[in-house]
Amino acid sequence: MNGPQDLGGQMGFGPVAPEKDEPLFHAEWEKRALGVTLTAGAMGHWNIDESRHARESLHPADYYSSSYYEIWTKALEVLLERHGFVTVDELAQGKALSDGTTPKRVLKAENTPAALAKGGPCDRPVPTEPRFVAGDKVRTKTFNPQGHTRLPRYARGKLGTVEAVRDGFVFPDSNAHGKGENPQWVYTVVFDGREIWGEGADPTLTVSIDAWESYLEPA
Amino acid sequence: MSHDHDHHHHDNELDPMAARVRALETILTQKGLIDPAAIDVIVETYETKVGPRNGAKVVAKAWSDPAFADWLKRDATAAIASLGFTGRQGEHMQAVFNTPETHNIVVCTLCSCYPWSVLGLPPVWYKAPPYRSKAVIDPRGVLAEFGVTLPAETKIRVWDSTAELRYLVVPARPAGTDGWSEEQLAELVTRDSMIGTGLAREAA
Repeated sequence: MNGPQDLGGQMGFGPVAPEKDEPLFHAEWEKRALGVTLTAGAMGHWNIDESRHARESLHPADYYSSSYYEIWTKALEVLLERHGFVTVDELAQGKALSDGTTPKRVLKAENTPAALAKGGPCDRPVPTEPRFVAGDKVRTKTFNPQGHTRLPRYARGKLGTVEAVRDGFVFPDSNAHGKGENPQWVYTVVFDGREIWGEGADPTLTVSIDAWESYLEPA
Repeated sequence: MSHDHDHHHHDNELDPMAARVRALETILTQKGLIDPAAIDVIVETYETKVGPRNGAKVVAKAWSDPAFADWLKRDATAAIASLGFTGRQGEHMQAVFNTPETHNIVVCTLCSCYPWSVLGLPPVWYKAPPYRSKAVIDPRGVLAEFGVTLPAETKIRVWDSTAELRYLVVPARPAGTDGWSEEQLAELVTRDSMIGTGLAREAA
C-alpha cells in the first residue's frame, strides 16, 4: 500500500540527528513494548508480514507522530483484537474481562534464549528455476496495490540490473493477508541513482532493493 | 515529529504510552498468553548479549583472516554463525565490503529491518523518517550529519533492505594496524561503520 511507511525519497522530516551514545531504550516502557511484541508474536497467530502491514496501516498522521515502539504497540493492539485475543473494552480497562482465542503456544522464559537464537527463517524451496540471472536487465513493475507490498514507490517502473539471485523467500504481498506463503525467488536489483531520481541525482549513487520475482519484468 | 517523541523521558505511571503498554502486558499475562519473565529474558539478551560487539568481532576476523573474509563474502549467514551469532533478524545475512572505490550504506525505507544478530537493536535514528527518507536520495547529506565526508569520486551504494536479507557493512581496515590482534581490531569497529554511516576508528 502507498502508506506512511514508504519513505524513500520523501522530504521535510528534518535532520537525521544521530544521538551521541544513545541509550538502548529511552524509557522503561520501551523494554516492555519490545518484549510484549515479541512474546505475543511467538503465539504464532500472525506472521511478520501481517505485523508490518498492521504498522503501515496506522493513519499517516499517527504513524509520523509516533516513535517506533509506539508504532509497534499500536499495531500489536490491532493484531490482538483482530485475532480475538483482546477486546477494546479490555484495552480501555487495562484488565482481562473474558476468555479469548486459545494460543497455539506460549513462549516461556526458559525457552526464550533458544527461540531468539533460532529466529524465524523465511527462505523456502521454490519449485521453478529462477527466471533471471545476474546481469539481466529488468524493469520493476508499476503497480499500486491496496495491500502489503515490499516494492517501494521510488523503485517502481525503473530499469535496473539483477546483481544476484538470492534464495526463495516467502512472498509478503500474499503472506501478510493470510493468502499463503507462495515463495518466490528474490533478486538484488541495482539501479543507477539517475534512473531513480533523475535530474540532479548524485552521479556516484547506486541504490539496490531486494525484489521478489513477480515485481520484475525482462527489459 | 517522531524525533521529538523519542527524546521525551516519561517513564512514570502517568505517561500514556507507559500506561498503554502496561495494560497490554497485564491483560496478556492475566490470560496466560505471555510469560512476563520471557520479556525480561528478551530485554536482558539485547542489553547484555546481542549488540554491535558481535558485528565488530565478525569484521575484525574478516580483516585478519582472508579465508574467513572470503567465506563471509560468499555465505555470510554461515560464516557469522560460526562465531556463534545467529537468530532473530539475522537469519539471512549478507556482508558488503567497502573498497577504495565504493562506500556501502544500509537502510530500510519501508520499516526498520536491521541485522539484530550482529548489531543488536537499531538506534532510534535508523527507524525514524529522516534517515529512512534521506539515505536513498541524499546519502552524502546523511553522511555529513555523521561527520563523514567522502571523496567526490567515491561511489556510494545504498542497500535498501526490502526483503528478509540483512546487511552488514565491512568497513575498510584502518591504516597502521598491521599485526594487531582481532581483539585490538574489534575496538576500532563502530556500530555506525557497520551500517555505513561511519568509518572504522583510526588507529591511535
